[in-house]
Amino acid sequence: MNFMDPNMFLWLIPMGPLTAFLIIALATNRARLIPATDPHYGGHHPDYDGMRVPVVRDSSRVLSITVALSGIVMAWILSWRAFFAARALPHFGEEVLGSQINWMSLGNGFFNIGVLVDPLNATLLFMVPLAATMIFVYAIGYMAHDPRQSRFFALLSLFAGAMLTLTVSDNLLFLFVGWEVMGLCSYMLIGFWFEKESAYKAAIKAFTTTRVADVIMLLGIVYLYSLTGTLNFRDILWNQATLDMLTTTPAILFGGSLSAAELIGMFLIVGTIGKSAQFPLHVWLPDAMEGPTPVSAMIHAAAMVSAGVYSIIRVFPILEAGMNPHVGEFSASMLLMVFAGGFTALFAATIAVAQFDVKRVLAYSTISQLGFMVAALGIGAYVAATFHLITHAFFKALLFMSAGSVIHGVEHGEHHAHEHHDEDEEDDHAHHHDASHDHDAHHTDHHFDPQDMRNMGGLREKMPFTFWAFLIGGLSLSGFPIITAGFWSKDEILADAWLGLSHGYAPQTFVFIMLAISAFLTAFYTTRQIGLTFFGKPRSAAAEHATLGAPIVNITMVAPLMLLSFFAIVAGFVGVPKEFPILGWIFSREGNPFFEMVNHSLLHPTPHPYFADVLPAVFTSFAVALGGIGLGWLIYIRKPLEAGQQDPLINFLGPIWNLLEHKYYIDELYVILFIKPSKAIAHVTSEVIDRGVIDGFLHLVARTFVFLGDLIKVFNAWLIDGFGDAIPQGVGMFGEWFRRIQTGRTQQYILLTALAMIVIGIIFALSVGMLSAQAVGF
Amino acid sequence: MFTIPVLGIDYLTFLLMAPALSGLALLLMPEHKTLQRMMALVFSLLILVYTIIIFYGYIALSATTDVAYLYEVQFGWFQTINATWHLGMDGISASMILLTGILVPLSILISFEVEEGVKMHMALLLFFQTGLFGVFVALDLMIFFLFYELSLVPIYFLIKQWGGKNRMYASTKFFIYSMGGTLGMLLATQLIGWSMSLTEYGMSTFDIVAISQYWPFIREGSTFLGQPVGVIKALAFTGYFIAFCIKVPVWPFHTWLPDAHSEAPTAGSMLLAGVMLKLGAYGFLRLVIPFFPDVWVADISLFGALTFNPATLFATLAMLGVVLGAFSAFGQTDIKRLVAYSSVNHMGFVAMGLAVTALVYGRMFVSGEATQFEDAIMATNGAVLQMFNHGLSSAAMFLLAGAIYHKTHTRDTTQYGGLWVKAPVYGAIFIFTSMASLGLPGLNGFVSEFLVVRGAFPVFTWLTVISMIGLLFTGSYILRGIRSVLHGPFNMKWADYHLEIDRREMIAIAPLMVLMLITGLVPNWILATINDSVMRMLSGLLG
Repeated sequence: MNFMDPNMFLWLIPMGPLTAFLIIALATNRARLIPATDPHYGGHHPDYDGMRVPVVRDSSRVLSITVALSGIVMAWILSWRAFFAARALPHFGEEVLGSQINWMSLGNGFFNIGVLVDPLNATLLFMVPLAATMIFVYAIGYMAHDPRQSRFFALLSLFAGAMLTLTVSDNLLFLFVGWEVMGLCSYMLIGFWFEKESAYKAAIKAFTTTRVADVIMLLGIVYLYSLTGTLNFRDILWNQATLDMLTTTPAILFGGSLSAAELIGMFLIVGTIGKSAQFPLHVWLPDAMEGPTPVSAMIHAAAMVSAGVYSIIRVFPILEAGMNPHVGEFSASMLLMVFAGGFTALFAATIAVAQFDVKRVLAYSTISQLGFMVAALGIGAYVAATFHLITHAFFKALLFMSAGSVIHGVEHGEHHAHEHHDEDEEDDHAHHHDASHDHDAHHTDHHFDPQDMRNMGGLREKMPFTFWAFLIGGLSLSGFPIITAGFWSKDEILADAWLGLSHGYAPQTFVFIMLAISAFLTAFYTTRQIGLTFFGKPRSAAAEHATLGAPIVNITMVAPLMLLSFFAIVAGFVGVPKEFPILGWIFSREGNPFFEMVNHSLLHPTPHPYFADVLPAVFTSFAVALGGIGLGWLIYIRKPLEAGQQDPLINFLGPIWNLLEHKYYIDELYVILFIKPSKAIAHVTSEVIDRGVIDGFLHLVARTFVFLGDLIKVFNAWLIDGFGDAIPQGVGMFGEWFRRIQTGRTQQYILLTALAMIVIGIIFALSVGMLSAQAVGF
Repeated sequence: MFTIPVLGIDYLTFLLMAPALSGLALLLMPEHKTLQRMMALVFSLLILVYTIIIFYGYIALSATTDVAYLYEVQFGWFQTINATWHLGMDGISASMILLTGILVPLSILISFEVEEGVKMHMALLLFFQTGLFGVFVALDLMIFFLFYELSLVPIYFLIKQWGGKNRMYASTKFFIYSMGGTLGMLLATQLIGWSMSLTEYGMSTFDIVAISQYWPFIREGSTFLGQPVGVIKALAFTGYFIAFCIKVPVWPFHTWLPDAHSEAPTAGSMLLAGVMLKLGAYGFLRLVIPFFPDVWVADISLFGALTFNPATLFATLAMLGVVLGAFSAFGQTDIKRLVAYSSVNHMGFVAMGLAVTALVYGRMFVSGEATQFEDAIMATNGAVLQMFNHGLSSAAMFLLAGAIYHKTHTRDTTQYGGLWVKAPVYGAIFIFTSMASLGLPGLNGFVSEFLVVRGAFPVFTWLTVISMIGLLFTGSYILRGIRSVLHGPFNMKWADYHLEIDRREMIAIAPLMVLMLITGLVPNWILATINDSVMRMLSGLLG
């Protein structure tokens, strides 16, 4: 292979992080044993009195970071090189980069795998390695004191490698490979602090919930494969005959009321509902923040959930199933997206309003924003969905890492506050601490939650840099008009919905209303979050002392935020409508650049809504964003919460608040509906069916034989007196033999007899064979 | 015919003799445990080298010829009943032989931990290998039967002598279960052999190649032993069907397995799950599908209401194995029983693939039309590859379960917890292997499961859809296993125990891990060979 050829070096894009994973896992993950009470084994790890625990060596720590960073930076360089090489193609879209190899022999042919860069995944190639690299850099500081930092970087590298595999794959099977490996990585990383019950439970929940969707998605993949004989994107999606065949073939299930394309589409969409955490499979994502914060950024922004949306954008022509949403025709699969996305967007936004955990608010906002994308795709806003995917990745990575800094700072503050406090109270504390391995100095007090926004407040002055980064991310998420990326991408979706609404199409109307309300709530809860966290007076000693800590940590945690802040603002300017006053003239003189590029991923490009037709949508975007921010400002910033004061919304919303705070009790519902029945069924299959029914039957048969054997033996001895017939004797022996199990004695001679039998048998077999071979002359 | 002599003996006969003779040689060794262990390992490694030569020799030879079976050898053997010493191998046998060759040295290495009766233990493992090899290369029903039974004896004693607490019950249950199955098989073998005289072949024979070619065409309307041919076919089919269902095991013939696997010593479990279960699946592929194509698709009417054919019944049982096996595994608190039930779950996919083969092959035989031929190719390839993959991953899982049992002397998962802190390498290997078992894409299990699902979906659509529940719960029980062993706060009970994986265990599991990864990323190293033979077998009826 000539890896200088742009068609070829695409293969190398995921190789950097994957190799880094292997190197770290096999070579640079050396540990030394120290007592578990040592301060180096702190943070999220429990004390094990009198036990020695492995902590990564400093040399391994440095090497692992170096290896991981080299891997991801290499991927970044190659990805951007591929991006620009692809952009330079004269008809990028019709022409693409890519190459294939034979992978599996099946029948007379091969199953091929390959790599591909078309306009759609080119945008991902721009975003993913950039965001991932920032997350890596951030993790250097964030995980600097973790005893397993090498393992962390190994898994993070595998995560990035899997995402890049998924991104450059030219077929659904390898997309699925990357998809599932990412599932594994998120499982491992969410449960990274595996001693914590909440962490491993969240990890299992994430893996299991997404697997529900994945097994259904797998059916979609095999069905598509069995109909078309290929899983290659270009062969299926750029082939009108194949697409027509899929839309005209009745589906194999449900009596043919659906077309094959619709059924495949729905299977694949279910995969996304799991991966991108749409209702009703959204429950894993909020818990996923049990992992270290860089992981949350990875899952929520750069990789995992983006992959879910990317996959349905990728197969959009199948989901369309020959219908055209722009003239009001909707396939069943499109409607599924409309309802799942539209409902989830609003549903998650309402929950986010009533959360106090700084990361949980962001988690629900992710679910809600992904709903925007899914709903957008449902109404055929192909480019708008992609656009929002990219901008969201930037500002959500920024928000999560800023939130991580906030938590880090508050944890530091808590640490400080305690030491301060203890010194005042007890002069000999330091001595006492060494002797008794006191928890408090190294471990976060169990009663104090450093993620609870009620314990924050006033951090604007304590952590000004973090404040500005969070503010930029928050404004972008709120869709603050003109200057933020979030505005442009959200506006694009609303514009597409408005266009359908103005023609009176019901799905677009539904999407427009749901998304407009959600956008308003988004602006509101984001402002609430900023108000609670950064404004007013510190509401706890920890917040009073919040700081980012040592300079080296500080820099690696600050620099990524700067770069992401930049992209959270300017990423939107690649998608400004041409007719937009002033800005359109500056950025889009030759047409909306993002739209013009991505649209050519499709065999039949979608029409761009004409700006004048969608002006009401633009005004709506302005109104909901500013309205939400304004309302949030009134409640949470103008009169900031004071220590001990209740959230003003609690009184206002009454019982609804409870419902929202408990996320509509869906977790509890699932425990009753799925988890408990599964455990009951497991008990029934292994204990009742296997041990009770099947083995019970066999034991009955065995006992009958034993009984018969005994009977016949008595009968023989008494009546026939040793003159045994072959059959009853045989049965008798059988019974006798079976009894021995119950007495439990081992008989050595049986072993010897049987061995002799084997040996004699083999010798017999061979010798007879040899002899007769000569006799017959074969 | 490729009878190229090694020391005056042909390749495959030598393959069968080598482990048995090594075992005998071991028995004659002086009482020196280390020497015995090392010699057993050396013997098995030499056999592995020979197996690899045979495997790649087969690949090289098969490229130059169009014959179905290579290294074929046939001479008179038991002439009174026309049984011949007929051996040969195709790609399916080749992959199974390779699997056996790989797993035996690894299990011998693991058996270094055995302290009592070392010599006998090692010798039994080698005798077992002869039995397994014999089944995979037999081309005569009597030889097949002989080795099929022969493989039973060593493993019975391995469980009985070196097993866990409940070993007496487990070994006897295992032996009687299997014997019960093979009784019917023996009857079926005799019926088929004798009734061959009614076919165009014209004389009774036990030759598998001849039977596959002629027996399905046995003249309609003729009678044998006073019974119409249909009855003979049904009887023979049932005999084989049940025998192999027990071995695979197909639900509901599986209850011997959790007991036998969990009570067996580690090496025994590795070979039992790794290779022995494949004898059943291999039997289906080599005997039951080619011998009874018409029976597989014949309609059975139950109470006049429910009509189905044996292939669909088989697929239904396979689906139940997948789903109920997964649920049962989910319900276990004994680490070895959990892994044992995972075999029921995974072998269910093998059975599902074979059911597709049987149905499509049967339809081709009856109607001559090659409908869903592609699906059958996928499913059969998937089934055979799944046999190989399950051999790797289940052996590795049992190795790891044995490793932790050996150190803690408990199999109760509720006694573990948080062990990852003290055993970081063990933990990483455990997760890797669990993921291979779970069918994580990128590792071996996924490729085969994907192919089976791909083949089965168009043929048994709803059954495949339902079996997805099993695939989901595969994830659940695997995660439950990982959680109970590795996650959570460390159980201080083990604070002073050595829990980390030993170097010897690492050496034993490393080849398995490498193979799992390679098969997941580049499956064609073995799939190409399997595919050739599968194609030849399935296109046999196309003419």
